[in-house]
Amino acid sequence: MNRGALELTVGLFVLAGIGALALLAFKVGNLSAANSGESYRISARFDNIGGLTVKAPVTLAGVRIGRVSNISIDRKYYSALVELSIEPKYDNLPVDTSASILTAGLLGAQYVGLDPGGEETFLANGDRIEITQSAVVLEHLIGQLLFNRAEGGGGS
Amino acid sequence: MNSVRSLGAWVIKAIIGWGRAGLFLSHALTAVVLVLRRFGLVVQQLFSVGVLTLVIVLVSGLFVGMVLALQGYNTLVDFGAESQLGLVVALTLTRELGPVLTALLFAGRAGSALTAEIGLMKATEQLAAMEMMAVDPMERVVAPRFLAGFLSMPLLAAMFTLVGVIGGHLVGVGLLGVDSGVYWSSMQEGVDAHADIFNGMIKSLVFGFVVTWVAVFEGYDATPTSEGVSRATTRTVVGSSLAVLGLDFVLTSLMFE
Repeated sequence: MNRGALELTVGLFVLAGIGALALLAFKVGNLSAANSGESYRISARFDNIGGLTVKAPVTLAGVRIGRVSNISIDRKYYSALVELSIEPKYDNLPVDTSASILTAGLLGAQYVGLDPGGEETFLANGDRIEITQSAVVLEHLIGQLLFNRAEGGGGS
Repeated sequence: MNSVRSLGAWVIKAIIGWGRAGLFLSHALTAVVLVLRRFGLVVQQLFSVGVLTLVIVLVSGLFVGMVLALQGYNTLVDFGAESQLGLVVALTLTRELGPVLTALLFAGRAGSALTAEIGLMKATEQLAAMEMMAVDPMERVVAPRFLAGFLSMPLLAAMFTLVGVIGGHLVGVGLLGVDSGVYWSSMQEGVDAHADIFNGMIKSLVFGFVVTWVAVFEGYDATPTSEGVSRATTRTVVGSSLAVLGLDFVLTSLMFE
């Protein structure tokens, strides 16, 4: 193999490698989504977050508009403090928006669903969502059901 | 008494070997800096180390991805979670199988060839002849190969991973009926460019460094007989494979909590 052909194949090899890396980052990874500008953060306090994890999606009307960026415990109220990072193009969430922790399917992963309110002022970076609904914990649900049945049986 | 003595001899020999390998590495790294001026030598080695390894890496990647999709689908479908197939395939490949399997293939295909070539150069006294002509074999022979191996590993691993993901797509979407859009979107949802892909690339850089180091050192250190060269080649493949698997455990425990 002469020198020019050799250099050409090596050049193609290097280009293919870098191309594969770029494709991985953009097509397989989330680099294209992460680079769409600086997202803003709002927080919400929940009594119980169930199985919610960091990076779980935040949806509005079923459309993904952000992700859970941090979960911590509020030491004062013994409740969970969930930080949501929302994509900057969705900057018109009313301040009385409510957040609830929902489950995708019967056994699916949990996510935060937002329900917009009707106020004219919008949530900004650092604001807190006041109206929240905790995750449904299956054991609590069953416990409540049994309790109700026992109560109903005793009354009749 | 004799067995204790042989144990001691073995330990001393092992430590001397490590010391030689370390000294060799420091020489090789200084020579690498010098060889940057003569990049033509490196290009030549990139061809024999990287391009010639490409075929086996691509074919293996395709089949690994296809098998992953097949096995993953059978397990996931029991939980009704076959929509996560893309994520399973992509995470397995970017985090573990891409870097590790590429490094093992690289050790078998390129590492053994490097050792045999350098060992044979030593056995036929080509290295000694170079020294006679005041050409440093470290700079002329070892450094270009070292640099080429180190550079081509991450490129090969990236291609392995990409082809694996495509193989998973072929089986998952073409054969098993997962939706194509779901396959890609579940992947983008769960694979993090920094945490998964970048860390996988760091792994492959480390593996490339270690495999090339072992291969070049074993060749340079081989007993200059035909038997010695064949032993050195075996040691390269066994040693670097073990090093890759052991290091992979360490790196994984450091990177992914």
